[in-house]
Amino acid sequence: MTLLEAALRAVAALAAFLVLPLLVGQAEHKVMAHMQGRLGPMYAGGFHGWAQLVADGVKFLQKEDITPRAADRWVFRLAPGVALVPYLLALALLPVHPGVAAVDVPGSLVLLLAATSVGALGTLMAGWSSANKYSLIGGLRAAAQLVSYELPLVLAVASVALAGGSLSLVGLVDAWSPWWLLWQLPGGVVFLVAAAAELQRPPFDMPVADAELVMGAWTEYTGLRFAFFLLAEYAGIVVMSVLFAVLWLGGWHGPFPDALGWLWTLAKGFVVALVVIWVRVAWPRLREDQLQRLAWLWLVPLGLFQVVLTGVGVVAGW
Amino acid sequence: MVTPEQHERPEPAEDTRGRGGLPGVLKGLATTARTALRPTHTHEYPDVAPDLPPRSRGVIALLEENCTSCMLCARECPDWCIYIDSHKETIPATTEGGRERQRNVLDRFAIDFSLCMYCGICIEVCPFDALHWSPQFEYAEVDILDLLHEKERLGEWMATVPPPPALDEKAAEPAEVAAASRPARGARGPAGGPGGAGSSRPPRTVRPRVVRGEGDGT
Repeated sequence: MTLLEAALRAVAALAAFLVLPLLVGQAEHKVMAHMQGRLGPMYAGGFHGWAQLVADGVKFLQKEDITPRAADRWVFRLAPGVALVPYLLALALLPVHPGVAAVDVPGSLVLLLAATSVGALGTLMAGWSSANKYSLIGGLRAAAQLVSYELPLVLAVASVALAGGSLSLVGLVDAWSPWWLLWQLPGGVVFLVAAAAELQRPPFDMPVADAELVMGAWTEYTGLRFAFFLLAEYAGIVVMSVLFAVLWLGGWHGPFPDALGWLWTLAKGFVVALVVIWVRVAWPRLREDQLQRLAWLWLVPLGLFQVVLTGVGVVAGW
Repeated sequence: MVTPEQHERPEPAEDTRGRGGLPGVLKGLATTARTALRPTHTHEYPDVAPDLPPRSRGVIALLEENCTSCMLCARECPDWCIYIDSHKETIPATTEGGRERQRNVLDRFAIDFSLCMYCGICIEVCPFDALHWSPQFEYAEVDILDLLHEKERLGEWMATVPPPPALDEKAAEPAEVAAASRPARGARGPAGGPGGAGSSRPPRTVRPRVVRGEGDGT
């Protein structure tokens, strides 16, 4: 790989990282508004408020960057970066087209899971360093939630890796067949639920429950650092949605010529993101104990069942 | 898994099932999806005028000709936001040797809308229908002191006062109509009313007549 090619891939990943989360965010604005009988942003940019998030970004840029006096200064300032950068890495690992991924490494699935787990560390750092009781409780809730939901997430992904016999995302998509839609269905459900919880999206947003904790671990953040946390959340939706599309929905497999493969991957990922948004609008927030009960009594057993089912299937040669 | 507290709670099976037999979570998804496919309720306000309900309380308009400077509104106002200045003018007698009359002339009538709480008591209390509710609401100001509006501005809002709504079916006849259609006192008969013998004057005051009957539920 030449230096030029590396630079091109990096720029492409960065562009995707800056554009796709905004697309999802705008879709959330509009879809949520219509699901609530509203119109959503209509003025920014002229046509149906398409530039609303750009305007929001400009607003965040202009705001004062405040670090509380009692805060653990370096940890506090570093936390948004720790939350954001892993998702950039994860996004770079995702293949969208046969042979097209910004970074193509043999064990990309493992690297991707590791990266997304690090992202949660940013929330924990923010909560711990803010010197604010709401932030602290939010951070600890996030930690408890991530510990609980990492396990079903990994179980679900492990099942797909087992079925495809590979730890490379590209290899898994190549091994995918429509039969997986049924065979891997329980694991897919587990993954979707666990991914929403990993991202602290409603209905699993206890760490930022605004009625109880102001804004959880992000309470003390202002301006661009706060925007980074928001961007990390939406980048997380993109990563998890495209990952679901790649692992469970077959990525670029589709009825049209192979040249349109990238479109298939992105379209499938966008549909999954819409489901994540839909669930946010429709369902109320779970209580902390309900969340833990769901993880340990339902998702983990279901994930284990899926691994067993996949193991049987692989041995029996389904 | 079942703790003693859960026994005391009402059985959740009824709560989690909707009318169609769907679990509540699916019902929530269906409801939001259905709403998303329907037209929205939003009026894009600065571009599209809102549909105001009848009898909207936007601003208080003044019909200056009707005002007699009686000060009832200013005195009844709970937060004293009405300012009235007036003076008396003498009208010369219309006939030779007649008595001169005096009448009040309104100099200033102002409502401070930064104090007004839109209770409408001034409008209720005005005996001469000089004050009216207007649905006009776009009179925001940058400075709170600019919300004190004088009678010229209050008079401009009279143009936006809607006509009174039609009476309900089977409503009592309006007092004015009843008074106009009533036969004059002299025409009632030769006997006349008690003390009304020979009087041909029209009634001086128009009062709503309280009809005692089945509607009087006190």
